[in-house]
Amino acid sequence: MSNWLLIIYCGLITFLTRFSMIALLKKEMFNDRIREILSFVPSAIFPAIIFPAIFLDNSGDFQLENNPKIMAAIIAMLIGIISQNIIATIISGLASYWFLIFMV
Amino acid sequence: MNTKFRVFLKGVFDVSPLMIPVVPFGLIFGVLSIDIGFSPIETMGMSLIIFGGASQIILLQLFSGGASSLVIISSVGAVNSRHLLYGAVVSEHLSELKLIWKIVISYFLIDQAFARSNEYFKKNNDKDKYFHLFGGGITCWVIWQTTTFLGIVLGAFIPEKLGLSFAVPLTFLALLVNDFRKLINVIVIIISGLVATFGFNYVPYKAYVIVAGVTALLTAAILTKLNKKNE
Repeated sequence: MSNWLLIIYCGLITFLTRFSMIALLKKEMFNDRIREILSFVPSAIFPAIIFPAIFLDNSGDFQLENNPKIMAAIIAMLIGIISQNIIATIISGLASYWFLIFMV
Repeated sequence: MNTKFRVFLKGVFDVSPLMIPVVPFGLIFGVLSIDIGFSPIETMGMSLIIFGGASQIILLQLFSGGASSLVIISSVGAVNSRHLLYGAVVSEHLSELKLIWKIVISYFLIDQAFARSNEYFKKNNDKDKYFHLFGGGITCWVIWQTTTFLGIVLGAFIPEKLGLSFAVPLTFLALLVNDFRKLINVIVIIISGLVATFGFNYVPYKAYVIVAGVTALLTAAILTKLNKKNE
């Protein structure tokens, strides 16, 4: 598949999930139980991006020693929990990562 | 002043504080996309056609890992399934709209605009209220396209040594900060992360995002059920 076709399909599926919620869905289609479970979607999907990017190297092998990403992610997470602030979380993570790779 | 325009401006004003985190997202996306090997035109095309931060970054991540198109598209679908959650809430406010407006609003419907407009809809019931969502959506659109463009330009000057790809897990981590305080969410986060990490090399077609997502969501279903029984 060409890159453009891939981009268009991804755009289409993104649009359709948004459109279906405006045009097709009725309030009755979702009971409280389904809503409750859907509210876990970010917690269920985002870590599947986060964890491999931190614990695996570019070829997919475990990288647990000498890995500044682990410490930087832990610092970012702690700052995130305390501050509840998205920007502070990203900046503290990047800053500690750079500190670990350039200064230590 | 025209009512529609006033409601539109209110939307712009209400959504603006939520735009601050969008700036680094857009920059990171632009830089990484070029880094991975997409052309500047394709990168702008993604922001214009898809217009969804999480979807676009998942696309980059899986594309650079060599995943097939089918897996990339279904993973983008999985990321977007969180939008279905909003359906019940917003659709009742917009049911009177013409189809063309529903299509336009759907394109601009991103998390931040939804969050602010939903609050507005609860308090206001004039017939032009959808312009609030339109205003918020356009504000985000302008910022997203601008920062993507800046990222493309800056990408040429940012040394690879900086390891900016680490910004991807960080941005997703930042989106979960509210969930770290809830026990069930923490368990779901850990399950998803472990399944994805251990499945990275073993799940066929790089479908690890989907497998991890489904496993974690099932865990959430079981835990919330058990939690209710104990109450």
